[in-house]
Formats: sequence, C-alpha cells, structure tokens
Amino acid sequence: MSLSRRNFIKGVIAGGAAASSAAYLFRGAGSLFGQTSAPGSVERLLSLTVNGQTRRVDVLKQETLAMTLRYKLGLTGTKIGCDRAECGACTVLIDDVPHYSCSVLTHTVRGRRIVTIEGLEGPGGVLHPVQQAVVDEQGFQCAFCLPGFVMAAVGALKTNPNPTREELAHAVSGNLCRCQDYDKILTSLLRGAEYMRRTT
Amino acid sequence: MAGTLVGRNYTPPDLVAKVTGRAKYAEDFRAEGMLFTKLLLSPMPHARVRDIDTSAALSLPGVRAILTAYDLPDLDGQERALTNEPRYAGEPILAVAAVDELTAADAVERIQVDLEPLPFVTNALDTLRPGGPNPRLDGNVWGPPPPPREGAPPAAPPFETLKWTTEDFAEEAQGRLPMGKPAEEWSYGDLEGGFAASALVLDETFVVQSTGHHPMETRSAMAYWRNGKLFIHASTQSVAQTRGNIARWVGIAPEDVILICEYTGGGFGSKGGGAVSMSIPALLARKANAPVMMRITREDESYIGRARTNMTGRVKIGFAKDGRITALDFFIVQDTGAYGPLGDHRSAGNAASLIYQPPAMRWRAVNVATNTPPRSQQRSPGPMQGNGIIEPVMTKAAKQLGLDQVAIRRINSPEGKAPFGPVLPSGRRNHVTSAFVKEALDRGAALFDWEERKARAGKRQGSKVRGVGVAVGPHGAGSIGYDSIMTIRPDGRLYVQSGAGNLGTHSMIDLARVAAEILDVPWEKVEVVWGDTGKHLPWTCLSVGSQTTHAMTRANHAGAMDARRKLQEIAARDLGGSPEDYTVGRERVYRRDAPSRGLTYVQAARRAIELGGRYDGHDLPGDINPMTRASATALAGLGLMGVAKDNYGRDGVTYSFVIGFAEVEVDIETGSVRVVDYLGIGDVGTVVNPRSLLAQIKGGSCLGIAHALFQKSVVEPRYGVSLTDRFHYSKPLTILDVPRQMQADALDLPDPETPVGARGVGEPPVGAAYGAVMSAIADAVGEDVFRRAPVTSDIILMSLEHGRRMHEPLRMHV
Repeated sequence: MSLSRRNFIKGVIAGGAAASSAAYLFRGAGSLFGQTSAPGSVERLLSLTVNGQTRRVDVLKQETLAMTLRYKLGLTGTKIGCDRAECGACTVLIDDVPHYSCSVLTHTVRGRRIVTIEGLEGPGGVLHPVQQAVVDEQGFQCAFCLPGFVMAAVGALKTNPNPTREELAHAVSGNLCRCQDYDKILTSLLRGAEYMRRTT
Repeated sequence: MAGTLVGRNYTPPDLVAKVTGRAKYAEDFRAEGMLFTKLLLSPMPHARVRDIDTSAALSLPGVRAILTAYDLPDLDGQERALTNEPRYAGEPILAVAAVDELTAADAVERIQVDLEPLPFVTNALDTLRPGGPNPRLDGNVWGPPPPPREGAPPAAPPFETLKWTTEDFAEEAQGRLPMGKPAEEWSYGDLEGGFAASALVLDETFVVQSTGHHPMETRSAMAYWRNGKLFIHASTQSVAQTRGNIARWVGIAPEDVILICEYTGGGFGSKGGGAVSMSIPALLARKANAPVMMRITREDESYIGRARTNMTGRVKIGFAKDGRITALDFFIVQDTGAYGPLGDHRSAGNAASLIYQPPAMRWRAVNVATNTPPRSQQRSPGPMQGNGIIEPVMTKAAKQLGLDQVAIRRINSPEGKAPFGPVLPSGRRNHVTSAFVKEALDRGAALFDWEERKARAGKRQGSKVRGVGVAVGPHGAGSIGYDSIMTIRPDGRLYVQSGAGNLGTHSMIDLARVAAEILDVPWEKVEVVWGDTGKHLPWTCLSVGSQTTHAMTRANHAGAMDARRKLQEIAARDLGGSPEDYTVGRERVYRRDAPSRGLTYVQAARRAIELGGRYDGHDLPGDINPMTRASATALAGLGLMGVAKDNYGRDGVTYSFVIGFAEVEVDIETGSVRVVDYLGIGDVGTVVNPRSLLAQIKGGSCLGIAHALFQKSVVEPRYGVSLTDRFHYSKPLTILDVPRQMQADALDLPDPETPVGARGVGEPPVGAAYGAVMSAIADAVGEDVFRRAPVTSDIILMSLEHGRRMHEPLRMHV
C-alpha cells in the first residue's frame, strides 16, 4: 500500500485522531519552584477556599482546578486519570457538589468552598465515616480512583443520606475503576453511608 | 496452612494512606527545579525519520534539552523508548524538557521531523496475503523460539517473512479463518481417529478483540540524578525486577538505580517489569541536569500503554455422544502489534489442552506483527483469548448433543495432576500440581441455583429473554525459586522485606502473614518494608501471571523457617540442649519440656547481633540471588535474620482455575445485554486473604464481562491511526454495567506442591467471565448470532433481524 504524505496527513486529520502530544498542558511549576516562567504566561493572583483554608495562588486563565490543586497547592490526593471528564478520578466537592476538577477552570471557583480528599479527615486524624468504611471493607485495590469515588459518594450522601444500593451506584457511575471490583466498592460506600447516619 | 493469620481477613497497612490521599503515586512527587517533558509522537504507522531540525525549539526560552533515539542505548533490536523508525502511529520519536509543559509543547510544535512513509499493515491476515505489506523492514512473523540451551539465557525467536497462497485464503469468504502454513505447531494423539470416532464435529472461527490495559494511573514517571545515582519515581508491578530493566534501558549498573514505587495505580500486565518509557525522564534529567517529570496523558497511554493481543482462532472439535471431546484442532493467528514477541498463542494452546483434556490435539499458530500499538501480557494472556474462542463452541455442542452446559465441561475437566500441552523432548507431557475443577463446577452449580436458572432461560418475557452460561477459566498461577529476607530486631518487631509491586491485591503484604504465622509474631508487630529499592529488597517474582501469592508465600515460608531454626540454635547455645529441644511461640523461643526456659525475641535478636555470622546476616546462604545478597548485606547486624531461597520441590506446573457462572438478559428489540447475576468460584489452593481473594475473582470477572460486551481497541486500517485513544471510545466497564451484587467463592483446597498450599488468582476469572457471558448470550439468542467479541447490541440486533449472522466475519479492529 503506497500513500502520498499529503493524503496521509489529510486522512489523519479526517480521522480526528492525530497523534497529538499537546493533550493536557500545564504551566505553573515555575512559580511554585521559584523559576521564571516562559514569556507569554499571564498568571493572576486569586484566593481559593480549599479544605476550610484560604489559599492565595497565582493561576493561568486556562488553568484547571485539578492542576492548581496538585501542582500549586500540593494536594496530590486528587488524581488525574484522563483529564477529559471521563473517569472521575479528579472529583472534588465545590459547594458540596461533586465536580470533575479536570474540567473546572480555577478562576471560576473563587469564593466557593472546595473540599478534596485531604479535607475529609476530622481533627486529630479521625477519618471521615466514608473513609473509615472504605478501610473497614477494603473497598478498593490500587486505589488510584479511590479519592474520586469517595468524594462523589460524600457529595451524594449530602443530598441523599440513606441511598439504596441502586441509587448510590448511580451517584458514583461517573467514576471509573479498572481493578473493577465495583461490587466491593459499592458495599464499602454504602457502609460509609451507614456510618454517617450513625455519627449524625 | 491456615492459622491465626493465614486464611483470615485483616486490614493491610497501606489503606489509611490510600483513603486520605497521602499515598503517593509516581506523578505525586516533586523535586527542586523540576522540568516537564512532552513527547513528539509519530503521526504515521510506519516511517523512517530522515531528519530532525530542533533549532527553532532549542531557541525557545525555557527549553532545556531534547532527547532523541540517538541518546538511547542500543537494546539489541528490542523496543526502545524513542525511535527513528516508528512502527505505529503514536510511537514516541523525541522528548523535550522545558520549564513547564506549555513551553515543552510549544517546542514540540516547532520541531521539524522529516518522515519517509513506509508500507504498513494493521490487520494480521493482510500481511499474510500473497504480496501483503510487511509491518517491519525485516519481516512480518515471529518464528518459534529456539530450544533452550543449558546455562544460556533464552534466545529471542527469529523474525521472518511468511506469506500464504491465494488458495490458503479460499475459505475467507465463508468467514472461516484461512489456515496456511503455520509458524509454530505441535500435536499429540490420533487426531484423525478422534474425529472419525466422534458423534459431532464443530468447526468454528472466532475473533477475539484487542483491548487496551488502561490502568487508571498512566505510566507517568519523574527522575533525577544525585551523586551519580538515578532516582526514579515510577509505576511498576514489580519493584525488585524493574530496577535491572531501568538500568538496561538507561545504560547504567543496577546498583545505580533507586526505584521508588510504593503505590501502583493498576497495571494488568502492562507494567509487568516497568515500562521502557521510564528511560525518557531518566535520560532527559541527565541531559538537562535537572529533575524531569514526564506526565503521560490518557491519549499517550493509549499508544504506548500496551494492549492485549488480538487473536483470530479456528477450532475443530469432535465430541462423543456423552460430550467427551475426542479430538481438538486449534489454529490461531495472533496480532502482537508493532513489537513483540509474545506467547499468548502458546498459552492459549496449553490452556485448551488442560481444561478440555482432549485425548488428541493439534495446535498451530502464527504470531504476526502489525503497525498497531505494542501489545503485552494482559490479565490472563492467552488462556482468556482461548476461552473466548472455544467456550461458545462448547455451549453449542452441549445444545446440539442435548447436554447440560455444566455437564459437558465437567466430563472434559482436568482432575488431580492432569496432563497438558505438547509432548516434551523428554517424551512426557507437562502436568499441573493439582486441579479440583469438578468440585468447583459442582459447588458453583449449587450456589448459583444453576438448574433453576437454566429452567427459565430461553423463555421470552416481553422483549426480554434470559440465558445462562458457564466457563472454566484457567491460568498459570505461580513460579518458584525466589528469595526472602526478614529480621527480628531488638525493638521486638518482625521486619519483612517485600520486593513485589503494590497493586492493591495485598499479595505483597500477605507474604508477611505467612512469616508472622510461622514465627508466631502478632500482626501489630510486623513491619512490611516495600516499594523502594533503597530499602534493601530481596529478589522477588514479577507481580504478573498470578505468581506472587504462590512464589512469595513459598519464599517467605523458607525465610521464616530459617529464622525459626536460628532462634532454636541461639536458645540451645545459651540455655543448653539441642536446637530440636526448642520451639517458638508468643514471641519467645523456649524449651518444649520446660516452657518457662527460653528467650524472648528481643533477647534473641540482641544475641544474634552479638553472635554475628549467619545469625544476623553477615554470613549468607550461597544460593540467593545477587540482589538479595546485597540487600541482606546492607541489613546485616540489625537483628536476627531469616534469609533463604525457595528450594521447596514442586511436582508439576502450578495452575489455578476459576469457574464463571453468568445469567444474562437480552432485549431482542434493542440488542442490549444485561448481566443479571454472576458467580465466580475459585480453585486456587489455600485461601490466604479471603477478602482480597474474592475481590480478585470479582474484579477479574468484571474485566471479562467488559471484554464480552464492550471493551475494544480499534486502529483505523487505511491510515493506521488509533480510534480508541480515550476511555469513551475504548469502553471500559462502569459500575452500572455489572450486576448490582456479584458473588464469589473459593474451594480453599490446598495445593499439595507448595508448603502454604496457596496458588495465584488474578488471571483465571477473566477468561471465565468472558466465556460464561458469551455462552449465556448464545444460550439466550442462539449460538450462531455472533462470532466475535465484544458482542455489541448492533451485532445481536442485526443478526436477529436478518435471521443470520451479519457482522463482518474476519475483520479485526471494528
């Protein structure tokens, strides 16, 4: 099969699958580590409320919340699995509602309450009931998806503290796991709901 | 070996870090002055790099270094992290390090790469056609590996050109796999006689799709150099065995690599011994003289992150009236992608001969390369694809012979030290260490209410019809000969070094339960040391192929017995008598006839350090691996050391089995399939960690369900580019796609050929679910509706509407 280069490239474009490496991009370690960012970057200082604290941070206008949390605030518990709102690993609460932080621009959440997996623990390292339930039931395996699942469940339980198995499955259906014992994940999160009802 | 620890649930020590977000995966680490890298990926499926002009990129402020294939060590023709002859679209050509990712991406855009397009092929059959294109300049097919030579490392199989004739392709139009000259084959028994004596012969072709591994954590890595040593944070399934690979990929000595990987965000075989891409941040960091973070995107991962080999299989099986197989003839065309070779096709042949025990069998195969993303072993590599090809045929045979699906599997199932595979040069066939498949089938059928469900299958209710299916998933389940190191220290604690990867299966911690059980140390006083080659880890199996539980419970059994012996010797030396007069318990070594006379472990640990020599690791056994020796030497003097190689005997090859039982509901108006209920039953030896074991069965089952119904990798044939570079397109399973409650159980019958009795479990559930779900669909809507996976709604709907099978028979990548 022979193919001219021009036709080839046209085909690639038509296929919509160009092997682009410029998929998810980030600028910002510069300010964190005291280097000068390349010219052209425009960062703006803003205040965020994260896990109950006010954090002042320079962000780019196109910067996503996931990147700000992970690379500027050191909150690496929030994971990036796809950066395209497909897997839910980056789920955080914004004003108590679960959001994919890979798909939220940081400058849009000024003045709103952001909670990440690091913000669930109570004083003295007391685990949140859902965290405790996940430990007790060993809900997850590799656990890369865990923070997203737990945040989605904690958010869902705020509006529906007594969900059925079916309801809770729907509430976390925007989260992917690849070790895939979804059965045990669901059991552990339901146990978390039970613990929460007991503590409140 | 069940006791107070082995066979009981426990809370592994890594869970709190996981639920609080403190567990650090590779991309969670930072280093002072860290640069970021972006990769330039080939847009073409096969090309030659004629020239690279990096001048415009290098003049961009913030760009620190560019790495090309010229900077990489030669790996004797094996895959390298960067290439000047890309063999698949998406293969990395170069990498740029810059102060941030935007700058690195800008730089990539400014680099001019002059590529000369070369012929390419995406479908394995197309390269076998007369005059078909070759995927590589040097051929299209992997030949059989040369016979092993004593004392020499296994040689790579030859890469050759193989073309079939037009006549070979004559059956293609009928949807039957052409069977030209195979590259590999074996046979035993009287095949023709077997077919002649049979009551039913079925000859079926089946297409098993490729699927990306897609662990949730991509193969991101961060590296820096300090005092001539490479420090690398990366994601691997096997800490101990990845160090040497990194050293080879980077071109340095293994002692100069410090690999840190305490948490691995999934691998499923794609990170078995690490990933060759790890060498990119390592070499860039050296070139730029700064730490380098390589964040691999999900799209990048779909190219370089590995996938399962797709297989087109054709199987001809003869059955006696009672369902017993009389002869089995198996032909496989396997696509290993741009690199290789892989042995899935061989494992599929061995597994078929094991789980169906045909008295006569022939296996033939061609292991083809194509210009598609590289494959690697994926959770049950080979046996799982074999399950897909053969299990629907078993179900069809049962129906035609008027037999029960469970019964036809039971009558053919292996028992005890069942033989499998070809006749070896010794004149004998291999056999397994043990098999309790009949017991598992019986237990499963009872637990699943098989008869009841079977009775309601096939009856239409509105637009819905149910079906039931069963399948036997086999997989090799354990290696031997690895090492362990443990120390009882003067702080009264038992430290167990674990070189396995932490995939969350807890096998890398379970091994310490065995040591603690033998030494009778309470679990709260056990420290498992893992995840960092700087922490002195022993030579450990790869955490692939369901090996860890078997291999490392053996090794740690040996190490604990060594520590126990040393405790007895020290007690005898200090308190009189012979070592045999003493036993251990409750953190003491004491006289059997006078339990009050003894030493506490704290005292014994102090005495071991005073005595030195072999007691505290200054003298080491002669047969341990050099890596274990170096680690034990570093730990010498810290306490009483147990250190040993697993020299336990083993008669046979270790295999595990999981039986899958599925009930599905097919909507014949929409073609959609819902798995109503699922049960997996494990014949996996002694249960070491019940909760994790059942999680493995259910998780592996879900992967099999995904393969049956949804998941696939697709490469566009005309331009050779991947169309499934996102989760959305490759369709992994979601929580809504599985039954709201799944069941799993295990026989808990010990394997007689290993001291703890435990075999591995990770792989066999995958093929079991794949086969069981497809058998259930066949049971519901007919055996001839589909001959490929995934069995999508449109395949079912189109075929039902037209009254005959409508999907394209042999096309790959659809």
